Amino acid sequence: MTLQAREPFHFHTRQTLTYLTGRRASTLDELLNGIKEASEASIYHHTHHFLAQHEFLSPEPPNDFAYWITNMLQEKLLGEEVASIDLREYSSLRDIQSAIIDVIGRFQRGVSKRLKRQAPAGEEFHFMEAKSFVIPTRHVARGLEEFKDCLERVSIHSIYFHVFEARLRERNSDFSMWLSTSLQEEKLAQEFLQFDPYTQTLENLRRTLIRLVEVRLQEG
Amino acid sequence: MAHLKDYEQFVGTEVIEELELSGQRLSGVTVQNINSTAVGGGVAEILMRLVPLLQELGVNALWDVIKGGERFFEVTKKMHNALHGQVVEFSREEIDLFLETNEANGREMNLHGDIIFVHDPQPCALIRKKADIGRKWIWRCHIDFSRPDPFTWDFLKGYIEQYDTSIFSAPSFARQLSIPQVLISPSIDPLSDKNRELPQETIDSVLQRFKIDPARPIVTQISRFDYLKDPLGVVQVFRKVRKYLDCQLVLAGGGATDDPEGAKVLSEVEEAVNNDPDIFLLLLPPASDIEINALQRASTVVLQKSLREGFGLTVAEALWKGKPVIAGAVGGIPLQIVHKYSGLLTHTIDGTAFALKQLLQNSQYARKLGENGREHVRKNFLITRHLRDYLLLFHSLRHPDKNIVYL
Repeated sequence: MTLQAREPFHFHTRQTLTYLTGRRASTLDELLNGIKEASEASIYHHTHHFLAQHEFLSPEPPNDFAYWITNMLQEKLLGEEVASIDLREYSSLRDIQSAIIDVIGRFQRGVSKRLKRQAPAGEEFHFMEAKSFVIPTRHVARGLEEFKDCLERVSIHSIYFHVFEARLRERNSDFSMWLSTSLQEEKLAQEFLQFDPYTQTLENLRRTLIRLVEVRLQEG
Repeated sequence: MAHLKDYEQFVGTEVIEELELSGQRLSGVTVQNINSTAVGGGVAEILMRLVPLLQELGVNALWDVIKGGERFFEVTKKMHNALHGQVVEFSREEIDLFLETNEANGREMNLHGDIIFVHDPQPCALIRKKADIGRKWIWRCHIDFSRPDPFTWDFLKGYIEQYDTSIFSAPSFARQLSIPQVLISPSIDPLSDKNRELPQETIDSVLQRFKIDPARPIVTQISRFDYLKDPLGVVQVFRKVRKYLDCQLVLAGGGATDDPEGAKVLSEVEEAVNNDPDIFLLLLPPASDIEINALQRASTVVLQKSLREGFGLTVAEALWKGKPVIAGAVGGIPLQIVHKYSGLLTHTIDGTAFALKQLLQNSQYARKLGENGREHVRKNFLITRHLRDYLLLFHSLRHPDKNIVYL
């Protein structure tokens, strides 16, 4: 096992400010058009903010589009399909956007105009965007032991940043990349990539990561 | 006065540490808040608490108040009503008075902040000074903006669009604007009289004073007597539920005496209540924060059956006390309640009655909703989150075009 990393891992944390676009949708057509024209910052907000804002409730409901389609439009079948889009499968926000457009578009082609539903007044979908602010923390890991200690101490916002946001918005600072390139811990890096972080709460996610590192440390 | 450290018990060390990290990077930046009143009203109340905390984080936060005569405030009150959707007509003279008062304040005030943070419409025309003095300007709208009167909105829009950025409290208040619109919800202070923990004796004595039976279920709505809070609907909900379940209703609020419409609503509610011994109609004087806190804490279920709402902070107050809440899906309420996760959202009298029966008969489900609600408020609607958003907003003015900013 490499004891000293080539490059230390600097833990960052991130905070988000939400912007309103003024655009809203009350039907599936309007939602689909809005998604087609949405910025990456908007797709990111609507597919990820739930994880951070309702961390204690996650894994459900995973994205705003699915929540709105299910609860406001009462299109449960489509809601389930949108909710189950496997975000882990996609490496960019544009790919996630295309996947959502495909699922909704396919559903819509099969629904006659007469059956199209409208959200009740006051329950329209509001398109928003997320602006993230990344701040370095004082936590730095130079080896696997320190890495585990840091995982125990940093805020869940830091875990969130490195697991979700770094992967989709900043591709150079996630845990698995550091484990593989700086510590040559290929197997552990692979294990970090293999589980699905979207289907657990952030505290569970922290425990999962710590457990994987502990097992590796015990192997020696 | 509360210090940042005092909030650690609610949000944890890491949240305070992260506020400090963000604040350090704004050290020495002067943020000059400007509103129209130093006391009374939600804006003054929140500034009174936020300004010292921002200072503790290193921001040179200041707070100034504009001056205006009685006539000016009559005009701005009309403007306020118009923004709430009332049809109101303004004379040329009223518009001139509004602009002249802003002009005079602009001349007299020492507008020297790096960031000038203007609250609500009353001082919004101060922005005309921007051409002379530059600076970064923020305009915050604290009121319900979902259906503003078009004339008043068009008039104000001309000024608002000169700001660098604007802030609204709920997504439904967003407008089509040429400047960025940031969503920043208001917050509650867990150390205030309205929200702090109370000894059981205090809660018991408040119940005793109002002759409410602590042994029977209590359903409460705290709101002023206003048609938009639907107190008559709440009485109907209660009657539908009490046919099957034993419970008491508390309708508590203030501010009706000097408000002609409030007095009318109150008298209609009194008529509907018809001396029912299980309905407690409490007209509370302004300084009743402890009583409101105690009534919320004593409740089995809290209702907020609003038909229109600004943000509806009474919902956050009740959730913070771990209470299951049933509320109308209007204004900022859907941000606070995710249906069936952290409370129940309803649209009709029958729907509310059905939800109330569910919660009164399923205490475990009710408790879970309350626990989730408290956690949701802890993460998203306490004053520490409000501080965090303001710091980010100040940072954002330095990096207007980036979606990811490294500080």
